[in-house]
Amino acid sequence: MSKKTLTFALMDAPYESANLTTAFRILDAAIRRGHDINVFAYEGASALAFVRQAPHPNPVHGKNVAEENHPTTKEQVAALLAEATRNGGKVDWVNCGMCVDERGVNEFVPGTRRGSPADFQAFTEASDNTLVIPTK
Amino acid sequence: MTHYLLIESRDPFESNDVSYYYQLTKDLADAGNEVTMFLVQNGVLAARPSTRSAALSALGQSGVKILADDFSLRERGISKLAEGIVPAPIDVIVDYLAAGHKTLWH
Repeated sequence: MSKKTLTFALMDAPYESANLTTAFRILDAAIRRGHDINVFAYEGASALAFVRQAPHPNPVHGKNVAEENHPTTKEQVAALLAEATRNGGKVDWVNCGMCVDERGVNEFVPGTRRGSPADFQAFTEASDNTLVIPTK
Repeated sequence: MTHYLLIESRDPFESNDVSYYYQLTKDLADAGNEVTMFLVQNGVLAARPSTRSAALSALGQSGVKILADDFSLRERGISKLAEGIVPAPIDVIVDYLAAGHKTLWH
């Protein structure tokens, strides 16, 4: 199938919902197929690319940070961007500006940017298709 | 004919909204559209042969293609599926989006 441009709107905050696991799986599959991807990270999802996230140890299980190997969404976002570069695709990841200001998460993974719902509208108009993954 | 992909992520044992989504799916199919339902996350719990799976199997008999995310099935230890439900990789969602199917998430 020829290269397409697909837009995704995410709304769930990190570490809370299985929706994000599925969303990242879909994004990964789309990137591996070489499609160009737009992501509008809205509401809680605006924290996905927050660069100051830190992995933590698990004292209950007696594991230090390295042993726990706790995944962070900032690393997952960065991995998606890197995979797109390897596959010749593009990812335009926009973090909702008002949302990041509200949450104090306005430091992003390099390669993502600040934007607004107007970017989402522009994405949808320029894309072949759009999937909105809302919160419950 | 319009092509629809309806993604169901919720457990029908937990959310009564799921029955409305099934009804929407049936209505779209009855209106002459080509409709696929993709079960994911706890949505695949309805894929087990159970009191809730009859509604899904009925959808299949209405002409709806019903797919269940293979990863979600493995996570939940589900290997036996009700009639008319087929395991599928998550890539199906990408392929349907790329093919222009109108796609909804619930």
